Amino acid sequence: MPRDHHPFPWAEIKRSLLVSLWFMFLTFPVMVIRVNTVERTVEWRWNNMVLVGAGSFALSFVWRWLMARREAGRVRAERGEQGAETWTMRIQGLRELRLPGLLAGALFIAAFPFIFSTYQVNIMITALMYVVLGLGLNIVVGVAGLLDLGYVAFYAVGAYGYALLNHHYGLGFWAALPLGAALGAVFGILLGFPVLRLRGDYLAIVTLGFGEIIRLILENWNAFSFGPSGIAHIDRPGLFGLNLDLDWTMKYLFFIMIALVLFTVFVVDRLQNSRIGRAWLALREDELACQAMGIDKTRTKLTAFALGATWAGMIGVVFAAKTTFVNPASFTFMESAIILSIVVLGGMGSILGVIIAAFVLMLLPEYLRAFSEYRMLLFGASMVLVMVFRPQGLITRVRRRYEYPLPQGLPDRRGADDPA
Amino acid sequence: MTLLEVSRLSLRFGGIQALDRVDFEVNPAEIVSLIGPNGAGKTTVFNCLTGMYVPRGGDMILTPSKGPPRRLNGLKPNQVTELGLARTFQNIRLFPSLTVLENVMIGRHCRTSAGVLGAVLRGRGTRAEENEILARSYDLLLRFDLDRQANDMARNLPYGAQRRLEIVRALATEPALLLLDEPAAGLNTMETQILDDLITRIRDESGVAVLLIEHDMSLVMSLSDRIYVMDYGRMIAGGRPEEVRDDPAVIKAYLGEAADAPPA
Amino acid sequence: MDYFLKLFLGGLTKGSIYALIALGYTMVYGIIQLINFAHGEIYMIGAFTALIAASVLGFLGFSQLAILVLASLVAVIYSAAYGLTVEKVAYKPLRQAPRLSPLISAIGMSIFLQNYVFLAQTSDFLPFPALIPEFDFWAPYAHIISSVELAIILTTAAIMVVLTLLIKFTRMGKAMRATAQDKEMAMLVGVDVDRVISITFIIGSSLAAVGGVLIASRVGQINFYIGFIAGIKAFTAAVLGGIGSIPGAVLGALVLGWTESFATGYVSSDYEDVFAFCLLVFILIFKPAGILGRPDAQKV
Repeated sequence: MPRDHHPFPWAEIKRSLLVSLWFMFLTFPVMVIRVNTVERTVEWRWNNMVLVGAGSFALSFVWRWLMARREAGRVRAERGEQGAETWTMRIQGLRELRLPGLLAGALFIAAFPFIFSTYQVNIMITALMYVVLGLGLNIVVGVAGLLDLGYVAFYAVGAYGYALLNHHYGLGFWAALPLGAALGAVFGILLGFPVLRLRGDYLAIVTLGFGEIIRLILENWNAFSFGPSGIAHIDRPGLFGLNLDLDWTMKYLFFIMIALVLFTVFVVDRLQNSRIGRAWLALREDELACQAMGIDKTRTKLTAFALGATWAGMIGVVFAAKTTFVNPASFTFMESAIILSIVVLGGMGSILGVIIAAFVLMLLPEYLRAFSEYRMLLFGASMVLVMVFRPQGLITRVRRRYEYPLPQGLPDRRGADDPA
Repeated sequence: MTLLEVSRLSLRFGGIQALDRVDFEVNPAEIVSLIGPNGAGKTTVFNCLTGMYVPRGGDMILTPSKGPPRRLNGLKPNQVTELGLARTFQNIRLFPSLTVLENVMIGRHCRTSAGVLGAVLRGRGTRAEENEILARSYDLLLRFDLDRQANDMARNLPYGAQRRLEIVRALATEPALLLLDEPAAGLNTMETQILDDLITRIRDESGVAVLLIEHDMSLVMSLSDRIYVMDYGRMIAGGRPEEVRDDPAVIKAYLGEAADAPPA
Repeated sequence: MDYFLKLFLGGLTKGSIYALIALGYTMVYGIIQLINFAHGEIYMIGAFTALIAASVLGFLGFSQLAILVLASLVAVIYSAAYGLTVEKVAYKPLRQAPRLSPLISAIGMSIFLQNYVFLAQTSDFLPFPALIPEFDFWAPYAHIISSVELAIILTTAAIMVVLTLLIKFTRMGKAMRATAQDKEMAMLVGVDVDRVISITFIIGSSLAAVGGVLIASRVGQINFYIGFIAGIKAFTAAVLGGIGSIPGAVLGALVLGWTESFATGYVSSDYEDVFAFCLLVFILIFKPAGILGRPDAQKV
């Protein structure tokens, strides 16, 4: 009777060992040795070496397993087998969950600022801001497929717009909000117009360039933007002339953000399921065929770009009102990258996915305090990992199944495979 | 009134004269085939017509049934489609992650007008327009036997159905002239026969003229009202199928000099 | 006139560094049509590794010349290793994916590497030792161009010559050119495309490391963020000259170096970085193919 049904995986272990050795070699200078040329010291951290060795050994198995799964999925797709319904798709289909879920959610939201501390509320406001930013960028990147790496420029425009108007003319928050959105749109059109005909990679770099140029101008044009020290004492949003203290302002801002999030979700959802939303999707799939079908690609791209910018501008105003202080350091490329990773992680084009991703990426570092240092590291790693292993993001986008009105007298042959 | 009149169309790529003073015309509700050896410039003609290449010389004039003659030179591809010229591609270019129905709905884009405001507010006009898009798209699917796969993703369709879908999508733009680039490529005999009927139906039911590039000679002979032959960027023959088939220049282009040699 | 000469040579120096980094971008783009966002970080890691090596060697009492040679060697080896690893982990699995995917992956990698060095080392600016000494015999001319700057220019020129010879006359060079022109065809005629890609990354990363060591010696300090700015500028240079073209990268780098030098010298030094970005935006809008590049046609 043969005993060797599962031979000890020596080959696998050897591979992982080699990988582990390679990473120990690779990270040796940076992880083990720490030099301080100011004080002229050299610190040797051998425990890091052990960490890297053990970690890469273990992760190497995980990596290969995930790769094998990916291959299997690819083979199935090539053979034309329809992808099995993922569990995320199934949850989205569960209609019975909707009403109770919404009710519970509404209650929680209404009570939230009164249950949790001001600090927690502050964090939640930030998360909600990134939800809107993510949804805005999602239109540009996720739906229309335009890689915008300079999204932060529009955010800065809104923030500085309110800051300057408030500083020079005393303009209030509520008046500034639509203005910020309008400014975002204008800049979106201005910046978008010359660059949208560029190919994907070039568009990405140009938008990155724009983002940096705006930041550098804000940093150096002291007469206009007050330079690196920024603008302080910006007015918080007022409630019928009442002067609210910090505590109540945060509660107020929380509800304002909830309202904005609901508004954004409503608008974005409508846009995605409309004539123009379809045009954006077609643009992302195949720009050439899209044009051949009569869609003006420049106008369509510009609309997506400008709409995305509108939301950034709007949230920029909220940002300025919340922190009461703006300076160029808040508007670096890293911000654009964070928002991009929210869109990527959430699943390009999926509203629910972006919302969840924004919460995960914003709240996780807060509640896992030990890891908050590694937040950016994890951002970077997650972008790579998502692209390699789950490019569709957290939530697989469900394509809309249409219930089409049947014109008079046409036979209904839908019965075959329409379970809805 | 000629639907499409192309005269002296010329285009160079670096050192190569891709098109050399090409002349041809298409009449309303006519099926015209464009044939010739590979590299003759046939797809290049399509690309010029649809605004993807800019010709160096010559004119392309489209005269739709309601409207003045329009010069296609210099127009962008989407403008050409709006005027009534729609095309399919040699290597199918569907929108793979969109459903079959959505692919056709895209075709309706240039005949509808709802914008951002309409999308968000969804007033009566927009809703009516959306319903119309849905109805017309589904109707097209029905007519061409694709309705059962309406909610399937385009990339999951079998090859023959994909080719059909691409044609249906182009039809959704309500063209006066349909440009088909090798629609029979990769189809077996039965599928080719279905294609033959399909193209004839399109012409008969909708009055749409068809200009197709093809290599399948039996299909070409069976379908076409007229045939044009290209070789090395030049138009070397044009006329009724029987005329073209017996034209010595055409035979030479396809078979080479040996065809001229007297039988031993 | 002296001032002009100083600016000219200063620009030449800058341009040389940009060239070393730009070559990495352009070679990788030529082969796999990817903007290797993480390339700037490879340059930064090269500088850091050199610093670490130099410090340790300094403690062990090696001579200055030995430190220069050994630290540079270590930097090159490690940069090549990092470049290779990045390719295998973040780019190779995405070779068949739509173009957006590897670009996002590259951005993620760039962020990861920046923060990796930041967390493992420090966020402060670390002083970098002057590995290249000021030569005594050069003193009379030192006010126009320092020894370090001269060393940079000469080293870069030498490397260019070697690289050109390599690409033109060796079998591997031919394989690289073939793969850049048509990857599938190269595979069909027996070229080991994976190996060619790996070698391209190794060469690009090594050049970046040399650039890192040279410029760190000159500027005198490094931190984890230098890769970002240098990367963008070098990328500007590559695009300016025509991305995918090796002589283009060098040409673009020189143009950028001189533009920066003369602009900051005669106009204003505050907006130094803005010049590079504006040049980048300008070129991409008006002539994305660059000076020596050919616009690539799309087969319909």
